[in-house]
Amino acid sequence: MTDQTASLASFTSEIATKKLRKRHRAERRFQMYGIGAILFALAFLVFLFASIFSQGWTAFLQTSIKLPIDFSQEVINPSGNPDAEDEIFQANYVKLAREALYKELGVDPNDRKDRRAANELLSRGVDVQLRDMVLRDPSIIGSTEDVWLLASDNADALMKGSIDRKTPSERRQVSDEQIAWIDQMVDAGNMKKRFNTGLFVNGASSNPETAGLGVALIGSFFMMLTVVLLAVPLGVCAALYLEEYAPKGKIADTIEVNINNLAAVPSIVFGLLGLAVFINFFGLPRSASLVGGLVLTLMTLPTIIITTRAAIRAVPPSIREAALGVGASKMQLIGHHILPLSLPGILTGTIIGLVQALGETAPLLMIGMVAFVVDYPTTPLEPATGLPVQIYMWASSAERGFVERTAGATIVLLAFLVVMNSLAVYLRNRFERKW
Amino acid sequence: MSSLTILAILAIAGIVAFFIGRLRSIQVCDGHQQELHSRPSYYGYYLAILTALPAVVLLAVWSVAERPVTKYVAMQELPPTVLQGTDAEKALTMSVVDNIAEGLPKLDPEEYEVLRKARFGFVTSSDARDVLGKHGVVLGSDPDRSLLAAADELASARATSRLWLPIACFGLAALGFLWGYTRIRPELRSRNIVERVMRSGLFLASTVAVLTTVGIVLSVLFETIHFFQFVSPMDYFFGTVWDPRFATVGKAEGQFGLLPLLWGTLFISAVALLVAVPVGLFAAIYMSEYAGSKVRAFAKPVLEILAGIPTIVYGFFALSVFGPLLRDVGGNIGLDISASSVLTAGIVMGVMIIPFVSSLSDDIITAVPQSLREGSYGLGATQSETIKKVVLPAALPGIVGAVLLAASRAIGETMIVVLAAGIAANLTLNPLEPVTTITVKIVSQLTGDLEFNSPQTLVAFALGLTLFVITLGLNVYALYVVRKYREQYE
Repeated sequence: MTDQTASLASFTSEIATKKLRKRHRAERRFQMYGIGAILFALAFLVFLFASIFSQGWTAFLQTSIKLPIDFSQEVINPSGNPDAEDEIFQANYVKLAREALYKELGVDPNDRKDRRAANELLSRGVDVQLRDMVLRDPSIIGSTEDVWLLASDNADALMKGSIDRKTPSERRQVSDEQIAWIDQMVDAGNMKKRFNTGLFVNGASSNPETAGLGVALIGSFFMMLTVVLLAVPLGVCAALYLEEYAPKGKIADTIEVNINNLAAVPSIVFGLLGLAVFINFFGLPRSASLVGGLVLTLMTLPTIIITTRAAIRAVPPSIREAALGVGASKMQLIGHHILPLSLPGILTGTIIGLVQALGETAPLLMIGMVAFVVDYPTTPLEPATGLPVQIYMWASSAERGFVERTAGATIVLLAFLVVMNSLAVYLRNRFERKW
Repeated sequence: MSSLTILAILAIAGIVAFFIGRLRSIQVCDGHQQELHSRPSYYGYYLAILTALPAVVLLAVWSVAERPVTKYVAMQELPPTVLQGTDAEKALTMSVVDNIAEGLPKLDPEEYEVLRKARFGFVTSSDARDVLGKHGVVLGSDPDRSLLAAADELASARATSRLWLPIACFGLAALGFLWGYTRIRPELRSRNIVERVMRSGLFLASTVAVLTTVGIVLSVLFETIHFFQFVSPMDYFFGTVWDPRFATVGKAEGQFGLLPLLWGTLFISAVALLVAVPVGLFAAIYMSEYAGSKVRAFAKPVLEILAGIPTIVYGFFALSVFGPLLRDVGGNIGLDISASSVLTAGIVMGVMIIPFVSSLSDDIITAVPQSLREGSYGLGATQSETIKKVVLPAALPGIVGAVLLAASRAIGETMIVVLAAGIAANLTLNPLEPVTTITVKIVSQLTGDLEFNSPQTLVAFALGLTLFVITLGLNVYALYVVRKYREQYE
């Protein structure tokens, strides 16, 4: 009896309570580690998004200068022949823009130094901007119109505050004189930041202010189209075979192991496959979005097969048995019951596969989609880039203006992914049936 | 007529055949549909398949075979000196021939006559060059007569092929249709036939995955063997210097040592795992053992977002924000950290693979039966003691598998290291210095001009094969570990 009381007492003895407290502290510490881990991941995520948005949101605005441009006949079309397209195409539009700017700023056209300083405020892309206006509507030749012209990279950076006015002028890329002009035009309302439609429609350019995602968006669209047209039918058919027909045995096992391994092959290896097979062997053109689409198709195939199989497996056996019982053939069972019932799952899987494909970059680098493409591709066989490839190319450029563009393009890419993922979640919640 | 047009016409023909077949089936049974073996639609499908399928197969085979066959025909005209040359010389000659042949159909008959004359030596070949120049075919020098002959043959072989392709396809479609039409009878088991064809179609679709694997292995292996004709495997696998130099055709001047790249890859992946394994594992433990359903419903998607962000975004983040940040922090505490150090790439990559560790571990920890935990609580253990002493040991094989899968992800990851890791191949133990990886070098060897006969380009395939073998090995081993050591609770 005494033994028992002694041991009971030992539970509340000083040593025991100390030990217990220590164990409880260890318990709390352990929990803290877990919370810490989740908070670390969360903090990193917030930091990542915050830094990209703070760098990138300004890319959606672009500084422009409103100038009254005199589309003079002498400069644009001296021969007076409206059909002389070469002449109109090669006219000196820069001169028109610069003269209007000198007038606006009160710069003496004979002062070379001032002239050059003023020229630096305008983007090098203004000639294309004016030329396109004239080509679109030749009737403006001879008239004077107010046009919003793109400001240069440096003027834009100053307006957005990424060039600090307080830096000593010898280390600043914008001179005091230029700042005074900018302020003058801003006060007059002739220079301001406007929504940057160029970011979405322009092609490649070596000037940050005229570079855009137009070609990349079209290229990505062609690639996604290829993936949808090829990967979805192939993936669904493969999943149907594996779930409904494949006899349990070596062939089915081989295919299954293959699909699982394929899902884990590094994406860059798919790029090597594309280069060696589609370009080198079949002779498809380099940089074409069709080749990109084919490579991405092979990459997304495992995702689509795996999700489709899960969706097919979720169809309850009672439905199968009922259909077979009333005399349906296997194909009728599939076509009339299994496919319609598993459609929401297939759609969700497809979107998840597309999300993967849209963000994939490495294989596209291998097949030469890192290209300087100015003109819109009209077919999937023409050279194009893709959204993530464009981000890569801009990220590797040296000019400061491209950092902002890169972050802006990243926001565009993330926006697409968010929309597609939300769609997948919506479809899953809206149409998923529990049996 | 382009292949696409032919395909479209065949598709339309198939649809028409479907309706004809269906009508015919009703006709042959005089409207007594119960006498038919299958529903009328199946006779429609039967006829459509017979009409379109063989022709489409022919079209596909023809389109693939056309290039090599016409090229072979043209090659017969080239003098033996060219044919005995290296592959690069042959390719160069063929590209000139190709160039001329492209221009030939644009010539008008008179100009074409000049070319024919030049081919047989009645006029000089510079006349032919002038004629071709008018149509945008610019040649560097006066073409040899044999080149003109080859181009002429190539162009005429192509023209013949283009002429016969639609005839053959439509002929085959017509034959298939007629044969099928005469075979439609009530006792024809069209449903069985159609289902067999469709079943084969499904089977073919499922072999695409296998074909892809075979394609990867064969294409990469083929180019790798080609590479080892320039560089000995010993120098590649055990070389400690990576210095490929510029691409010079057919000459192995640079050094292609794998070791510095492999070291860089493993070093960065190790740093990534040092970040991802503790964070991922603790997050998984917390979510499965401690967190209430609300926290879990919030934290799990957040972690999955990390896996959903494209790697290019991580790369850009590492390049423009995290690298400079780390460098500045290092500068403040007196460490000289390069902006593209091992730490930059490793930490960012580590964050990227957190979800691979956490979600798999989460599943595995959840699968440990409750009875084990309750037994441990019954002995007086606290929750953390139970996790450390009971749950984790039980879940260990699965967690090891998860870590191995994450490691294979890290090793194959490209965009983060392309943007944020170094370019120079370094054998260093210092995590503050830049190193380069296998994937970075694959990208840098394959962007720009490609010359498929130089080791500088081919080495990328050898690197790709190395990468493929490593990641495949890790995956297979991970699955093996999980299977072999899985505790059987039932």
